[in-house]
Amino acid sequence: MTARSISTGLGLFIVGAIVLIALGAGLLAPHDPFTQDLMYRMVPPRWMDGGTSLHLLGTDQLGRDYLSRLIYGARISLLIGSLTVVTSGLIGTTLGITGGYFGGRIDDAVMFAITCRLAIPLILVALTVVALVGSSLTVVVLTLGLLLWERFAVVARTTTMQVRNLDYIAAARAAGASTAHILIKEILPNILTHLIVVATLEMALAILLEAALSFLGLGVPPPLPSWGLMIAEGKDYMFFSPWVIMVPGIALFVLVFGINLLGDGLRDLLGVSQRR
Amino acid sequence: MKPVLEIANLRVGFSDGTAAVRGISLNVLPGETHCLVGESGCGKSVTALSVMSLLGRGAKRSAEVMRFHDRDLTRMSDREMARLRGDKMAMIFQEPMTSLNPAYTVGSQMAEVLERHRHVSRAQGLDRAAALLGHVGITAPGMRLSQYPHQLSGGLRQRVMIAMALMCEPELLIADEPTTALDVTVQAQILRLLQGLQRQLGLALLLITHDLGIVARMAQRVSVMYAGQIVESATAEALFAAPAHPYTQGLLNCVPIPGKTPRDQPLGSIPGVVPRIGAGFIGCAFRDRCTHATTACSGDIPRRSVAQHHETLCTMAPS
Amino acid sequence: MIEVREAVRHFAGRTGLFSADRVVRAVDGVSFNLESGGVLGIVGESGCGKSTLGRMILGLLPPSAGKILVDGQDLGVLDRRERARLIQPVFQDPFSSLNPRQRVREIVGLPLAAQGALPAAKQRELAMDMLARVGLPDAMADRFPAQLSGGQRQRVAIARALVLRPRIVVCDEPTSALDVSVQAQILNLLADLRKELGLTYIFISHNLAVVEHVATEVAVMYLGRFVEHATADALFADPRHPYTRALLASVLTAEPGIPIPDVGLGDTYPDPANIPSGCRFHPRCPMAIDRCRSETPIPRSRDGRVTECLLEA
Repeated sequence: MTARSISTGLGLFIVGAIVLIALGAGLLAPHDPFTQDLMYRMVPPRWMDGGTSLHLLGTDQLGRDYLSRLIYGARISLLIGSLTVVTSGLIGTTLGITGGYFGGRIDDAVMFAITCRLAIPLILVALTVVALVGSSLTVVVLTLGLLLWERFAVVARTTTMQVRNLDYIAAARAAGASTAHILIKEILPNILTHLIVVATLEMALAILLEAALSFLGLGVPPPLPSWGLMIAEGKDYMFFSPWVIMVPGIALFVLVFGINLLGDGLRDLLGVSQRR
Repeated sequence: MKPVLEIANLRVGFSDGTAAVRGISLNVLPGETHCLVGESGCGKSVTALSVMSLLGRGAKRSAEVMRFHDRDLTRMSDREMARLRGDKMAMIFQEPMTSLNPAYTVGSQMAEVLERHRHVSRAQGLDRAAALLGHVGITAPGMRLSQYPHQLSGGLRQRVMIAMALMCEPELLIADEPTTALDVTVQAQILRLLQGLQRQLGLALLLITHDLGIVARMAQRVSVMYAGQIVESATAEALFAAPAHPYTQGLLNCVPIPGKTPRDQPLGSIPGVVPRIGAGFIGCAFRDRCTHATTACSGDIPRRSVAQHHETLCTMAPS
Repeated sequence: MIEVREAVRHFAGRTGLFSADRVVRAVDGVSFNLESGGVLGIVGESGCGKSTLGRMILGLLPPSAGKILVDGQDLGVLDRRERARLIQPVFQDPFSSLNPRQRVREIVGLPLAAQGALPAAKQRELAMDMLARVGLPDAMADRFPAQLSGGQRQRVAIARALVLRPRIVVCDEPTSALDVSVQAQILNLLADLRKELGLTYIFISHNLAVVEHVATEVAVMYLGRFVEHATADALFADPRHPYTRALLASVLTAEPGIPIPDVGLGDTYPDPANIPSGCRFHPRCPMAIDRCRSETPIPRSRDGRVTECLLEA
């Protein structure tokens, strides 16, 4: 077994475990994540002084069970990550394939859009939009989705340009196939592996950005238990109770780490060599 | 005459279990062109690479004899081999663009060969490079020395490769499909050049090709390879006049000759495909495609002599 | 049946930010007629424009100028479905001409599916029928291209080209990527199918021996123009243009004892972005005279042969 296959396996295990936890949150969480109990505020985790087996990871400043909030928070992170990737993947892939296939003016326009997007300061624009429109899960997903498509576009465009000149595309055109058929049935399946690798990287990025937005108070609105929001809510207490930010912080690190390992592994497995 | 290159029972296998070369023997005499002919996957390029010790990892080579003059190639270290390559033993490949380094000028790449093997100065190296470029028919060699490979046409690049192979006055030149990537008019020019140089310098030339036209015009001796074995070896005249192995006969019927092959009739062809051969394969590898196959073809096949210097690996050959 | 009138295809190539745009004159005024049932071999070196011309006849590249008519109809105004029923391609490299993500059945069925009007069962029946005709067993239908040999792939490509029963097939180097023994199988198959289905072929190749075997008439292309066009018999028996002679001389037949010919073309290389004045062949022509440098030859027609050479006047 190579080092690469071990790390891919680890990535798969981490991501798989977190997905299962998120799906089974209702069964796994020991408490309701929203129930406040002001009698038990800032209880430290089980293994620390003053910890209790009732709250394995302790409670937050409102006395909500930290483990339950962490488990439900995995839902939010994964939901935002995947919905954002679907949105940005659709936008980026459509633009990239169109530009790569048609070339000329259309490609110039796509390239211009990509350049413009790269010049946009991500966090600032996301903050402004959320501040203007108001924060909700939908707004966060749409904002991030509308901002994170450029790598999909770049990869879809270059790979399409490679596939476009192959003879099977010419054969499909000569067979009378429509342009839509050529783009969707002939080109897309042949560039899909490249896009899957991009999707993993973008998903990790989206999860981190959501955490950053939530930390700044502009992500998913409380009381939804997002990991970023948990860090934000804990920051006032972090000097005396460092675990309130350590617990969601480590969870975030492990998830993003796992997704990246999986992405690198997929890249090798699918035989995608990608210049970054 | 003592052969320049002598190979007996060379075997090459790969880690995936395929047997690429299955016990071939051949000699190349000084001043002789020996053609190794066969279709893709028959093991002809692997043979060339194993002589040069350029097989990749995962390949296993063994041979009873593999000698360059009196030097045993099977016992040479990587360093000794590197010293021999490009010096007394040189090779040219099919695609000159991939065997020339795009980052260096033609002149510096050519001079470097001489600096490495003969420890001469850069100026002396460049002088010889210019002389050789002129020799392989390149006009204005001085200008070409300062150009990069991508600035040359395919034919010019192949001429540069040939000139580069000649830098250290090799005694053996191995050419693997040297004209396959070139246009027909350029191909004729390059082959004429190779033939001229070979006669003039007394080179031993091992020419690897799939093209029977090239074989007919270039070779003194021919070895026909099929599925990792030499199934027939003969002089060029004998091979084309009286091919003994059914595979050779089939191949010759596949190629139309303008003015001779009747236009309205189908070409001869060989049905089926080349089988995958593993290490334990016994019998004739061609039997499934052969119209003369009998039960004897599944057993051990004797190598028989058809005439003087004409051998074939077939049960039906007259002994 | 096919009528090509002064077809031109230029490409604008940008070489760099500050350098002037180069115009590549890939096809630079080609005219010919091809009767139904004929096989026109187009020969020439790489970069002579023969593949570009093939793609124009397929309707994949619109001409920059000139017209391509099939049965009197302009290719440019035909609907893509009508065009597909009329003309189909077979390309050189069966590794890149088949979509690696599709099964043989889907690949061969694509032209039928694109017509849009056929029920799925009928499509399947026609595709399977055509696979049998090109000599592929039923079991191959569910395989992917990577599971087939080079010869089998080219049979799939031929089945796809013929499944709509087109009248014209443009074969662009259909056997160049194949082994010698397989090449003969494919050439025989193409010849059989032409007789059975009454096809007309445009057969593009650099291999003159193959073209001599299959073509009824041959056009020799040099830097975007036909420099000689005649029946196969006439062209091979009595080549008139110096370039045709050089090409014929460079064919290495499998006959030992004959020396390798001196083609006499020198080492200059034709560049379609930089076409010489006068006769475009003059820098390489062993017979060039002063006039060839300045005077452009016009095509001359005599005894069914068209030649473009000042020496022929």
